Amino acid sequence: MVWIPSIFRRGKLDSDLSEEMRLHIEERMEQLMSEGLSPQQATRRARIAFGNPSLVAERSREVWQWPTLESILADVRFALRQLRKSPGFTVAAVFTLMLAIGANAVVFGVLNALILRPVNVPDAQSLYAINPTNDMWASYPEYLDLRARNHTFSDIAALALSQVALDTGKDPSRIWGFEATGNYFDVLGVHPFLGRLFHPSDERGMNSAPYIVLTYPYWHSHFHDDRGVVGRVVRVNRHPFTILGVTPPDFRGTFIFFAPNFYLPMVNHDQMYLDEGNLNDRERRGVIQLLGHLRPGVAKAQAVADLNTVGTALAKTYPNTDGQEQFDLGRPSLPEVLGRPVRAFVAALMLLAGLILLAACANLGSLFAARASDRSREVALRLALGSSRTRILRQLLTEALLISLAGGAAGLAASIAVLRRLDTWQPFSGVPIHVPVQPDANVYLVALLLAVVSGLLFGIVPVRQVLRANPYEIVKAGSGARMGRSITARDILLVTQIAICGVLVTASLVAIRGLARSLHGNFGFDPNQVLLVETDLKITGYSPASIPPTQRRMIDALQAVPGVEHVGLVSFPPLGRGGSWKANVFRDESRDMRPSNAAANSFKYAISPDYLRAAGTALLDGRGFTWNDDKAAPSVALVNRQFAVSILGSPASAVGKYFREADGTRIEVVGMVQDGKYLSVAEAQQPAFFVPVTQQDPLGEQWMLVRSARDPGQLTKSVRAALRAIDAGMPLDMLMWTRELDFSMFPARMASLSLGVLGALGALLSITGIFGMAAYSVSKRLKELGIRVALGAQRKEVLQAALGRAVKLLAIGSAAGLLLGILASRVLAFVVYQATPRDPIVLAGVVLAMVLLGLVATWIPARRALSVDPLILLRED
Amino acid sequence: MTESTSRDLFPGALEMMILESLRRQPAHGYALVQHIQQRSNNLLQVEEGSLYPALQRLLKAKLVKAEWGVSSTNRRVRTYQITASGLRHLEQQISSFERMFEGIALVLNPGKSPAS
Repeated sequence: MVWIPSIFRRGKLDSDLSEEMRLHIEERMEQLMSEGLSPQQATRRARIAFGNPSLVAERSREVWQWPTLESILADVRFALRQLRKSPGFTVAAVFTLMLAIGANAVVFGVLNALILRPVNVPDAQSLYAINPTNDMWASYPEYLDLRARNHTFSDIAALALSQVALDTGKDPSRIWGFEATGNYFDVLGVHPFLGRLFHPSDERGMNSAPYIVLTYPYWHSHFHDDRGVVGRVVRVNRHPFTILGVTPPDFRGTFIFFAPNFYLPMVNHDQMYLDEGNLNDRERRGVIQLLGHLRPGVAKAQAVADLNTVGTALAKTYPNTDGQEQFDLGRPSLPEVLGRPVRAFVAALMLLAGLILLAACANLGSLFAARASDRSREVALRLALGSSRTRILRQLLTEALLISLAGGAAGLAASIAVLRRLDTWQPFSGVPIHVPVQPDANVYLVALLLAVVSGLLFGIVPVRQVLRANPYEIVKAGSGARMGRSITARDILLVTQIAICGVLVTASLVAIRGLARSLHGNFGFDPNQVLLVETDLKITGYSPASIPPTQRRMIDALQAVPGVEHVGLVSFPPLGRGGSWKANVFRDESRDMRPSNAAANSFKYAISPDYLRAAGTALLDGRGFTWNDDKAAPSVALVNRQFAVSILGSPASAVGKYFREADGTRIEVVGMVQDGKYLSVAEAQQPAFFVPVTQQDPLGEQWMLVRSARDPGQLTKSVRAALRAIDAGMPLDMLMWTRELDFSMFPARMASLSLGVLGALGALLSITGIFGMAAYSVSKRLKELGIRVALGAQRKEVLQAALGRAVKLLAIGSAAGLLLGILASRVLAFVVYQATPRDPIVLAGVVLAMVLLGLVATWIPARRALSVDPLILLRED
Repeated sequence: MTESTSRDLFPGALEMMILESLRRQPAHGYALVQHIQQRSNNLLQVEEGSLYPALQRLLKAKLVKAEWGVSSTNRRVRTYQITASGLRHLEQQISSFERMFEGIALVLNPGKSPAS
């Protein structure tokens, strides 16, 4: 690539050359004049002797010009002509690459959006999320302390999830959004689209800032772009709040996957939720995100050390509530809780997508090699006529690049369509979860790069073949004579490709099987035939004292509905989207109630007496609760088996033992229930305990489980009527428990879906690969097959001759792929629940799939081989 | 005289002669022309300008290198010098040229063996 620097050198070359030529003519003139010629004569003679200087200069310059531009165009034209001549090959190749590059672009688009792309705010590079490493989340007082005591951040803002009942005068609804500290928008540098946003100056102590900021999408969809909303008063959980403004459309928040509808000042939390002193409770860890800009010149490690110093000091000051907290800094947007699994999963996907591209390249490489050997006569002629080998290779590479660029463009277009669709997709109505994967320039660039690299990759496969070609031999013998029995590069490529596809098919079957199992797995409850009713008595305005009797009335009212078998009440249903309570539990003999001394951090549920029957959770030992287990009675609990094993010592003697909660309450275990899944279907077995709802502080948000022998879907009307009879203004959300589970199944389903799609792509690629190979070998040997048929070969023998090799390669490749796939599936087991490769159904499935793929792919070539008519063939040449 | 110069030299001949001249000593363009004409007893009359595209080709192929300097006659000149790869190239060219010449001579004078 001499031309790159020579572009910049051109000026110098030109001036050197004209100077040189001028001096040359001058010297000649002087010479002639010294021989006695007049200056005029000398000038004339010198010029004649030199020739046309501008032509000389032109020819000299041509030497340095980029000589290939024109010949490249010629190559492109020639390549297009060649490709037009074999449309089947071209379409198959472009289609293969479209799938492979498209898959890569989609996965990279997700990777780019979720992991690489910073939050869309000014100066995002110095913006960090502060992640507590021991506890998942922080408390508001802890945030205040961190903010006040650190020396490395210019400011720190905090964010908490919030669901409120928003009443704008009509159609009150419960919507999701964020509670943010007053400095949130200032820390991020976000400016309003409309009106203004809130600032620290709006806060003058608790409950002092009754303001709400709407996000652009919510304003757009619910206020229909009405600019008059600023200053309007709406009701948030029945309290008047003033709409301050609207955030800009391109600000999508700092918490990925979650599209908020509003921002409320965190200082008003207690007012909204009626929980006095709740926000300032150090044990209430509701802050899901802490973010801030590092001060200029401060290194990450410095900031971490600084935060850890504060953490140590806090643990000393508040030994009962604050554990020894450590911090690390991460990218905002993808919170650390989600970050690890998401990163692992996206990386695994990227790897598989890369494999697909590799398989596609192997596929196209062998097709190209086949083509090159078909064209060996043409190549030989060109060599014999004096073409250079580089020139011929360049032409082959041009063809490869044309195909890869076309495939890349098609793949990119497809991936953009997929990403756009994914970007607007909201998998759950009512919960603003979305996957923000709008493609950007990075995605385009990567697709282009992949196209070029893969073009070069499969383009160089035939290089050796061309370099080695001996024009004399080939012209003499013809290309057909080269069908050897030895192992060729094409065979190796095909085996590689099938092996890769085998890996993909195995991986996707393992994933799908894991999903199927997890869907029918044992959750420790039976979600079928159960209707969930979600209400919030605190939002509705009930005082703490009036909540328990209302709950009792609601349960009784539902119990009276015809068809209802059991009615249970629970703080949060297990595997629900509301999350779960967790509590530190201590052994009975513990007196040191610091978090570091806890026996375990266990799931905790407040339940009504009939909950176990409504949920279908089996009581293994002891007794359930009754309405008599109230505040006047001794504190009691049910534990799951895991709790009994890991905290109480043994499941056999669990009933009758005691344990303590962080406030020192001594609780007697009166029963043991079966194990279950609580937060995620993929979690390892966790301890959990259940306490009577009547012994707890009154619940705000509560879930009622209505189990019925009939289809509970038909009950919604009568259930609603029964509850409305108690309170007509009560917000009620009803859905089937199985639907609710969709939420916790979502990651596993997405994982299996994406793996399934990649597996299908792999299968498709192996079909095209085997098909290409089989079709090629049949067409190469049509004449031979014709002779065989003419000599009386049976169908079986013809098939064996035509396809034996393809089938053998397929078998070898599949075996290798299956083996590698099983190894790779160990990695999958981390991502997909219950994914195990040692599953006979998976093994059988892979073998069956590969056999089917082989059959499908060799079907047409086999038909062609069988339909050989020796007469026509032998007449041909 | 004009008869003999009107015929083109075969491709590469000029470059070969330039390289051979430079092998003896570095020279600038004018001196190269003089040298080639003198050495060929004026049988080869190269159009002086045609030297320059040839020199550019050699420069590009890194067979020669050029440097601005001052000549013995105190003129500003661009002096060309043969490189190591230029030397190698020259040797190959000469030997293949000699073989070709031998072949042509055999065809033109059948029966006679070339003067050796």
